Amino acid sequence: MGRWMHTIRMGCKSLTLHPMRSALTILGIFIGVASVIWLLAIGEGISREAQRQIEQLGADTIIVRSVKPPVEVTVDRRGPTPYGLKRAEYERIVETVPTIKSAIPIREIRRQFRYRSRLVDGRLVGCTPEYADVNKLVVARGRFLEETDILKKQDVCVLAARVAERLFPLEDPIGKRIYISEHTDFYQVVGVLEPRNPTAAIGGSLSAQDYSGDVYIPISTMRQRIGDIVVTRGSGTFEGEILELNQITLRVHEVKDVLATAELVQDMLRSHDKLNDVAVVVPLELLEQARTMRLMFMVFMGLIAAISLVVGGIGIMNIMLATVTERTREIGIRRALGARRSDIVRQFLVETVALSVLGGLGGILAGYACPYAVELLRWLLETYAPKTIESLPVVVRNVKPTVLVWSIPLAFGISVLIGVAFGLYPAVRAARMDPIEALRRQ
Amino acid sequence: MTIAARCVDLKKDYVLKGETVHALRGVSFEVPEGDYVAIMGPSGSGKSTLLNLLGCLDRPTAGALFLGEDDVSTMTDDELSWIRATRIGFVFQSYNLIPQLTVVENIEVPLYYQGRLRASDRERCRQLAAMVGLGDRLRHRPAQLSGGQQQRVAIARSLVNDPFFILADEPTGNLDSQTTEEILALFERLNDDGKTIIMVTHEDEVARHTKRIIRLRDGMIQSDAPNTQRKHAGTSYWSMAGAAREGVRHG
Ligand SMILES: Nc1ncnc2c1ncn2[C@@H]1O[C@H](COP(=O)(O)OP(=O)(O)OP(=O)(O)O)[C@@H](O)[C@H]1O
Ligand SMILES: [Mg+2]
Repeated sequence: MGRWMHTIRMGCKSLTLHPMRSALTILGIFIGVASVIWLLAIGEGISREAQRQIEQLGADTIIVRSVKPPVEVTVDRRGPTPYGLKRAEYERIVETVPTIKSAIPIREIRRQFRYRSRLVDGRLVGCTPEYADVNKLVVARGRFLEETDILKKQDVCVLAARVAERLFPLEDPIGKRIYISEHTDFYQVVGVLEPRNPTAAIGGSLSAQDYSGDVYIPISTMRQRIGDIVVTRGSGTFEGEILELNQITLRVHEVKDVLATAELVQDMLRSHDKLNDVAVVVPLELLEQARTMRLMFMVFMGLIAAISLVVGGIGIMNIMLATVTERTREIGIRRALGARRSDIVRQFLVETVALSVLGGLGGILAGYACPYAVELLRWLLETYAPKTIESLPVVVRNVKPTVLVWSIPLAFGISVLIGVAFGLYPAVRAARMDPIEALRRQ
Repeated sequence: MTIAARCVDLKKDYVLKGETVHALRGVSFEVPEGDYVAIMGPSGSGKSTLLNLLGCLDRPTAGALFLGEDDVSTMTDDELSWIRATRIGFVFQSYNLIPQLTVVENIEVPLYYQGRLRASDRERCRQLAAMVGLGDRLRHRPAQLSGGQQQRVAIARSLVNDPFFILADEPTGNLDSQTTEEILALFERLNDDGKTIIMVTHEDEVARHTKRIIRLRDGMIQSDAPNTQRKHAGTSYWSMAGAAREGVRHG
């Protein structure tokens, strides 16, 4: 034990012979280890965020969405032709598929909302009461839509947080009437929601959802008052579309039935295959995809990190070979004074391991700084380049790097291992030298 | 009388590109404890080769070499390392101190390879440093010392493991005449205290201080005789005043 302590002390002394050289060697390992931890932390953060997003959609849900085909297909000489999900299909699915617990028909249109002189752009969503539950909407004041609203086709609406804030900066919105542009009828506000984080886009079939600008009304009211034909006035053009439902959100009784139910539903919608105007999205499937993605991501990141560590290791080896050559005479002296070959090996190994461990410890500290560094970067971007941050995908924008606990011992172990692996050859070469030859070297 | 080292028909061949060089062609002699031997001879006569064998840095091609009771000619590399660590003290022409270590640390090195390094050994290293006149330079590094001072550190180091004998290969080769005298005075004092010293030298002036002179020629002993005109080094150099004087000169 004392022998080791002495070797370590002497090793550290030798490293101070060339402080700059030692520092640069340490830097190589430092970067390697820090990058292992950073890559793993950011990868974990992103995949957690993605997983959270998908989980919010619910593992027991199936989302059936209308997908707008290219304009050439839906618009002929006489005007737009209908596409997408039909109410009849909704009825049939609800009636014939036994595993379904609940189904929400949804219709979404972009509209402008008005209260007195204030105007807000947003999304008018026709839906049923379950919508709030499935989409994790929380009522702040008042209530969400109720069954009777649907049955009686009431003229009521529920406002998302931002809409309420914009239209009613000073007043209590409950009980007030808001107007929807291009329509003369009004809707009475019965509830206001808490703010909700937007969800990310998933694949090509499910776009990102930003709930903050929504106004919810009963789907039955929407059909009666607005109908299926929607004309959007662009700059000098009219764009019309005929669509009964944008989406049907299905929930099954038991998660194990999700995939089979989705298949059944898909079969029932075969008639859409030609136009390809309906997509079935299963969050559970996405969740599983996300898990495999995460694994692949980890492997990929690990590979990159491993490469950077090997580069660091080669740096160490390079330096140690130079050191051994430079200190040939010292090796000769030590051998003459009684050092065995193994003593020489140990001496040089201790030096390389000391270098790599110092680099590793520094790298671990830097690794722990990762979440703070990302937070700082996000703050800088938000302050000085808000445009840039808005253009980032939600998952990246919201990422919280998570330093994996096991990555710390892993990084440390790897750095020790690198020190031993890349230090062994120079050390053995030093020990193999003939002491007489070594002493003769100037 | 105890024998410190005994060579029996010692031979050493070097094979270089298929050609064999007979560096030693059968050398036999004994060095009793307390002897002070000079090995002399022209360049290439095999002096360094012999010294390397005596120092267990190399193994003979044939013949036997006894250090104390043990034949070291057939020992393994690790065993030879152990012999070097415990029984042999080296003094080199070019001092061969380890540059990054201080004076005391340099003196400690052989103990470290003996596997023992205790507080009492630390103290002993300090005493040895003081004995060679460097008690006030313990924390200095070799580069901060003069040649003579470095060689004195090397001598202290060669003594630390209490060896069977001290091997010195032209220990004064790099020193001026006055410093040479000082080193020789130190050797003489050590020999007076009972240390066995074997020294390779070119210079008759240096060899005159020893008790016995072995002359080599072409790898064989040409003559081996006691030194009848032994010259004693002046002890006055070796006062503290002498050490101080040198300190001023090089400091
Ligand atoms: N490693 C070696 N390989 C081949 N030949 C060697 C080796 N070492 C020494 N020799 C040869 O052995 C002979 C004796 O060499 P050695 O070094 O012992 O001479 P020396 O008496 O010490 O000479 P010098 O006074 O010049 O130091 C020389 O001919 C030399 O060329
Ligand atoms: Mg020689």
